[in-house]
Amino acid sequence: MKKFELPRTPAQWLEAVMNAIFFLCGILAVGCVAVITIYMFLSGLPAIGKIGPLKFLFGTEWASTASEPKYGILPFVLSSIYGTLGASLIGVPVGLLTAVFLSKAAAPGVRNVVVTAVELLSGIPSVVFGLLGMQVLVPAVAKVFGKASGACLLSAIVVLSIMILPSIVSVSVTALNAVPPEYEQGSLALGATDTETWFKISIPAARSGIAAGIVLGIGRAIGEAMAVMMVAGNSPNMPDSLFRSVTFLTTAIAKEMSYASGLQKQALFSIALVLFVFIMVINVLLNAVLKGGNKDEK
Amino acid sequence: MMKKITRRSFLSICGVAAAAAALTACGGAASSTAASSAAASSTAASASSTAALSGNVATGGSTSMKNVIAALTEGFAEIEPDVTISYDPTGSGAGITGATDKTLDIGLSSRALKADETGVTGTIVALDGIAIIVNKDSKVEDLTVDQLKQMFTGEITNWSEVGGDDGEIVLVGREAGSGTRDGFESIVDVKDSCKYAQELTATGAVISAVEANPLAIGYASLSAIGDTVKAVTVGGVECSEETVKDGSYEVQRPFVFVTNDSVTLSAQAQAFFDFATSTDAADLIRTAGAVPVNE
Repeated sequence: MKKFELPRTPAQWLEAVMNAIFFLCGILAVGCVAVITIYMFLSGLPAIGKIGPLKFLFGTEWASTASEPKYGILPFVLSSIYGTLGASLIGVPVGLLTAVFLSKAAAPGVRNVVVTAVELLSGIPSVVFGLLGMQVLVPAVAKVFGKASGACLLSAIVVLSIMILPSIVSVSVTALNAVPPEYEQGSLALGATDTETWFKISIPAARSGIAAGIVLGIGRAIGEAMAVMMVAGNSPNMPDSLFRSVTFLTTAIAKEMSYASGLQKQALFSIALVLFVFIMVINVLLNAVLKGGNKDEK
Repeated sequence: MMKKITRRSFLSICGVAAAAAALTACGGAASSTAASSAAASSTAASASSTAALSGNVATGGSTSMKNVIAALTEGFAEIEPDVTISYDPTGSGAGITGATDKTLDIGLSSRALKADETGVTGTIVALDGIAIIVNKDSKVEDLTVDQLKQMFTGEITNWSEVGGDDGEIVLVGREAGSGTRDGFESIVDVKDSCKYAQELTATGAVISAVEANPLAIGYASLSAIGDTVKAVTVGGVECSEETVKDGSYEVQRPFVFVTNDSVTLSAQAQAFFDFATSTDAADLIRTAGAVPVNE
């Protein structure tokens, strides 16, 4: 074992102090994650126990303030999953094609403009997305589809698909740029067109990076609360139609937290726990995808 | 919570909210013991308003009275800075029970006392008028409570059935737990059976949703209504401070201070009670969105 020695010179002291500060900063993040995890489980589990795990996760009715309260979160879980999947269905193709365009096809001038726009898009606060969604998208959805109210699952999907674009685009562009030019040159030399090369060589070669971008986007979509709350209608309905007013996991918590008490409040923490688990799973998935990608390249 | 919520900050917000909840819970427990000791050592100091009071006044009950109590507490702190007012939002029923079993100095109820709730006295400090709002383009000018009931439970789904243009009725309401929702649903007798198209978390959000959709109907506190939406008359009576006060506007409910008949209020509790029912409190109550009864 290394013998511990006191620092002698002022420079060594400074070094030691700085090291301690770096260490503390590093520990802070780890500590926060640990505290949050422990807290989520401690505060989320009791209500699940009281309500019953099956009744809680698979109950189809949520009426937290009724005289006989019902705490079934299946509508929230399904809405969150459908909303996220729907957003990916729109966001992934658009994002991927944007990335191919930016990485391979765009003229430098055009590229700069589009890259700047995508970066700006990622910087727009979600409440602004929500506001625009509420004022423009919701009435538009009502008008286009001839519905009385446009605050529904579809509006949430559209808003989310725009919100996840930047993460998909920027990560995919990086991945596509990293594809060795020899691959593409080889393909072109064999007579393939540009388009064939991009779809058959570049995208497969960059697939792990693209997958990481998609998972990142999904993480953003499932965790979004503000924008969703402003466009989704927020009634605790089962998402049996695109035009149904629905509540996501995030909005269920945000909506009721301010006045909740007793078991209702505990149940909200349980929803947070479910959401937390969802996001943990997505992060683990992201790590797995990134690691798998690294192995491919070796 | 008008705040951007990212994945990570969302989790930390939950943590903070929970910590706050834990603190409130502690406060509630402490205040009830303080209340009983205060009740024991009461009586003597009654009229000596010049002497500075101290101690705790335990109130609790109706969640809808949150804003009114907050405004009154703030105003009272300027007169008696050493008195703390605790408030436990547990619901009107719990507020009345708290006054009955003497765990609260003043129970808060947003409904009148029932005949079988004896041993306690209710004093109305304010009235809560809930306006029924529709889009400015709507042709509907008047609705009865019965029509409202049928509309909000989904029995009437088209505006043409209540005198408007043809079109599906879009119900806009507040989230579960909101005092306005509780008030509206209990007055119109549609508790837990409303088929909302939108549930929003703020009065302002309800108003702007109704403003944006010509087929929407919603409800909001009387004080919050501006020019952007139209408040319909209910049973021919316009929603205004006067009609709420004289009782002719139906969609209203009282905010009641409930006190136990067999206990004399502590000096500080009596002072708060007197302040809340005095004319000085009228403006505070009005800023909190309710209609004062004593001016």
